[in-house]
Amino acid sequence: METVILFLQLFGTFFLIGAFTIGGGYAMLSLIQGEVVTAHHWISESTFTDIVAISQMTPGPIGINSATYVGYTVISEATGSHFLGICGSATATLALIIPSFILVLLIVRFYTKFKKSVLFEGVMSWLRPTVVGLIGAAAVILIVKTTWSQGMPTFTVVEENFPDWKSWILLAAAFGASYWGKVNPILTIVAGAVIGLLIY
Amino acid sequence: MNQEKVSLWQIFAVFAKIGAFTIGGGYAMIPIIQDEMSRRGWISEEELPDIVALSQSAPGVMAVNISIFAGYRLRGVKGSIAATLGSVTPSFCIILAIAMLFTSFKDNPWVIKAFKGIRPVVISLIAVPMVNMARKCCKSWWAWTLAITSLLLVALLNVSPIYIILCVLVLAFGYTYFKEQWKR
Repeated sequence: METVILFLQLFGTFFLIGAFTIGGGYAMLSLIQGEVVTAHHWISESTFTDIVAISQMTPGPIGINSATYVGYTVISEATGSHFLGICGSATATLALIIPSFILVLLIVRFYTKFKKSVLFEGVMSWLRPTVVGLIGAAAVILIVKTTWSQGMPTFTVVEENFPDWKSWILLAAAFGASYWGKVNPILTIVAGAVIGLLIY
Repeated sequence: MNQEKVSLWQIFAVFAKIGAFTIGGGYAMIPIIQDEMSRRGWISEEELPDIVALSQSAPGVMAVNISIFAGYRLRGVKGSIAATLGSVTPSFCIILAIAMLFTSFKDNPWVIKAFKGIRPVVISLIAVPMVNMARKCCKSWWAWTLAITSLLLVALLNVSPIYIILCVLVLAFGYTYFKEQWKR
């Protein structure tokens, strides 16, 4: 029974993520993090970071990859069964796709009208910057954790992601390489792995 | 366009190929989709920007939206199902295999070291597209207000991003709607 409820929660969660992600894969990461890590505690911050790394290095969209991975991890850890884990990843992946399916097929019929509508452009001009903030928050949450007690925030560094000062140099170096150097993301991750093997 | 000639299996196969060879998400997929589809005469050069714009504005995974839309153009709803399953299947199998193997690998000392190096890098790789997007779309004080407020609400108060998108959607809709009414 508990397993059935977990499956339903998994489906519902990824259905909502699929329905409310606007602005591509990185925006979706912020929603997945909000639901899967912050709200349900199904996986930890560091596992989430690992999933993002793996998703970026393997073919296919990041959103689908994370859904598949999270679906398997959540169910197989709760039940100890590989088979149910596979069902879990299928559930999460399908749940993520179904809202797009309904909405795209609806939009297709009205697209020409839709595209030129002032209303649509107006709404998008608000949503785009919001998504920028959401992606920024996803990055911040992987660095610092905020806990509240008696109305006062306490900030703690996420130690699984930043065990020592070398991590901060890696963060800065990867940002520089990717932003100014335009180095390919996969290459940047591989470089991170090699440096990790050498310095830790 | 040779609409009736395309079999569902063929649609599945082409999108499975596209799915298997794009690394790094939706935008990396666009040139490959363009190449595969225009070579087969499934889509004209002028149609692609529309498909991309539509897929970006619809919710969900962009690559999936492109598949749904393109499949629909070819064979209707059945075509869109074939295209979507095609583009998702390769990454589904690969990730599932990794997820199953990773649980037994993750305590390996070499893997731990490698991931210690990878994790800070990943965070930068999330920050870079954010900065690029901010430069493109945060051009007014209001855009900055929206971006910073939503960042703070999520990062500090743990508000779910879903609520934020929902609120902005409603407010933006209301604002734009009444502004238009006012003009008339």
